[in-house]
Amino acid sequence: MKEPAPGGHLKYDLAFQKIATGMGLLVVVLVAGIFVTLVIESWPSIKAFGLRFLWTTTWDPVSLQFGALPFLVGTLITSFLALIIAAPFALAGAIFLGEIAPPRYANPVSFVIELLAGIPSVIYGLWALFYLVPLVRWFEMKIGAPPFGLGLFTASLVLAIMILPYALSVARDVIRLVPDDLKEAAYGLGATRWETIRHVILPYARSGIFAGIVLALGRALGETMAVTMVIGNRSAMPQSLWDLANTMASVIANEFTEATEDVHLAALVEIGLLLFIITVIVNLLARIIIIRLKVK
Amino acid sequence: MTGETYPTHEKRRGFKNKVIIGVIVILALLPAIPLFLILINILKEGLRALSPGFLFHLPKPPGEEGGGISNALVGTFFIVGLSVIIGVPISILAGVYLSEYGKDSKLAEVIRISADVLQGVPSIVIGIVAYAWVVRPMGHFSALSGSVALALMMIPVVVRTTEEVLRLVPDILREASLALGVPYWRTVLKVVLPTGMVGVTTGILIAVARIAGETAPLLFTAFGNQFMTWNPMEPMNALPLVIFNYATSPYEDWWRQAWGAAVVLTFMVLGLNVLSRLLARRIAGEK
Repeated sequence: MKEPAPGGHLKYDLAFQKIATGMGLLVVVLVAGIFVTLVIESWPSIKAFGLRFLWTTTWDPVSLQFGALPFLVGTLITSFLALIIAAPFALAGAIFLGEIAPPRYANPVSFVIELLAGIPSVIYGLWALFYLVPLVRWFEMKIGAPPFGLGLFTASLVLAIMILPYALSVARDVIRLVPDDLKEAAYGLGATRWETIRHVILPYARSGIFAGIVLALGRALGETMAVTMVIGNRSAMPQSLWDLANTMASVIANEFTEATEDVHLAALVEIGLLLFIITVIVNLLARIIIIRLKVK
Repeated sequence: MTGETYPTHEKRRGFKNKVIIGVIVILALLPAIPLFLILINILKEGLRALSPGFLFHLPKPPGEEGGGISNALVGTFFIVGLSVIIGVPISILAGVYLSEYGKDSKLAEVIRISADVLQGVPSIVIGIVAYAWVVRPMGHFSALSGSVALALMMIPVVVRTTEEVLRLVPDILREASLALGVPYWRTVLKVVLPTGMVGVTTGILIAVARIAGETAPLLFTAFGNQFMTWNPMEPMNALPLVIFNYATSPYEDWWRQAWGAAVVLTFMVLGLNVLSRLLARRIAGEK
């Protein structure tokens, strides 16, 4: 091999550094580009409806009147209801796997849970459509609610099942981080297992568990397919938990390819823009909590 | 505290402990029921639909019995493969920047936050963006636009794992290479990256497992297609699209096929996840 001139190295070194830096910058540009694209594409709707878009309830592609409140409400109800349903189970599961069960059982179970978290959402949707919907319909007939089977409640249940493995594994990881000497100190003072969990483990792991819940919320807010398949796709203000409804993500999934008018398309993109802003805030919040945790 | 209340107090604490731990165990085990039902239902319904013809035949027209998902299988491999080709070089180089050049600089921190933000963007929003960037200028749906959408979703995963893995490469290796007169860029390509290759591959596998089942970003990009196509400029079918379209169709035979496609997709995704875990364990073993 011929020895290259000493200056040659520098040239290639600089070029390689520039390419790598460029690709790093590209990640920033892509995120900025997503935001700018969403703003530009939704401009006709922003111009036509202004802030009214956020609190009017008429969504009418025929008369071209668009207000997103029913979808904001649909997303908030399904996400928070899913969180409320999933949180106790996720927390109990995390305590069980992180503290109570012996590792020789806990490890394989954790492995299976992480695999379940990887199953695509469209498959959860398929299962819910054919197994959960009839179950909910039966339940609705029992309590005298309109027996659609589909609707806000069913969508919340699927979401709860989907975010549970995710919230559980984050919380379990945090619980495992609690130093052994703290726990041993509590046991040494004669504390029972529950007292140790309640007064040592949970306070220590609190912010991490909260971060896990916020991350799970971020997931639930943007979840599309499973919700779209069971929520019933009705673009009016939901009146009860048993109503057919739409979330922000599901209305985009349903109407985007059918929107023929520019304003309709722009209104759908504006919902996407809102979804983007909400999830960015939620994820940054979780990130700040996690950074604080590391500092501690 | 008198001597008489002490034992009752003690007993109450023990009792409370048993009850609450019992409740925790029950709450922990309950969700296993729906999760295992899902797995069992997928297997039961899906395996019934599986046959060689199902995997190798094209779909029949709506309402007609039979037919298969060969075009969707090909489409999923094609679209995911193309997104790997688009996304992986960008991600690895960005990961190299973070670990070798940027390190703790302001710019590196901005890139890390951007990657986190990108990872959190809902997949349906990624679909809108790919529509605006690729479908609109081209004038029609295409496999390429689907791949761009999926590449956007895999980039943050691969960037962060590449950075983490390369940071684990000991500086001694870099110094040894530099001391032999190898320039830094060749050190990165010939020493640092190959050392971290297993980790980077794991990251790519995790990302592929994540995007292979994505449906929302393909709805208005790859769109779907009842025919076999190898042209990235044309609409293309994919397994998740088949599951969604067939499950929400009015034909019973298509429901059966949706389950068949679901079991194939589940095996693919679970297989990739298991593989990436085995690789990750190998790295942990090497340390």
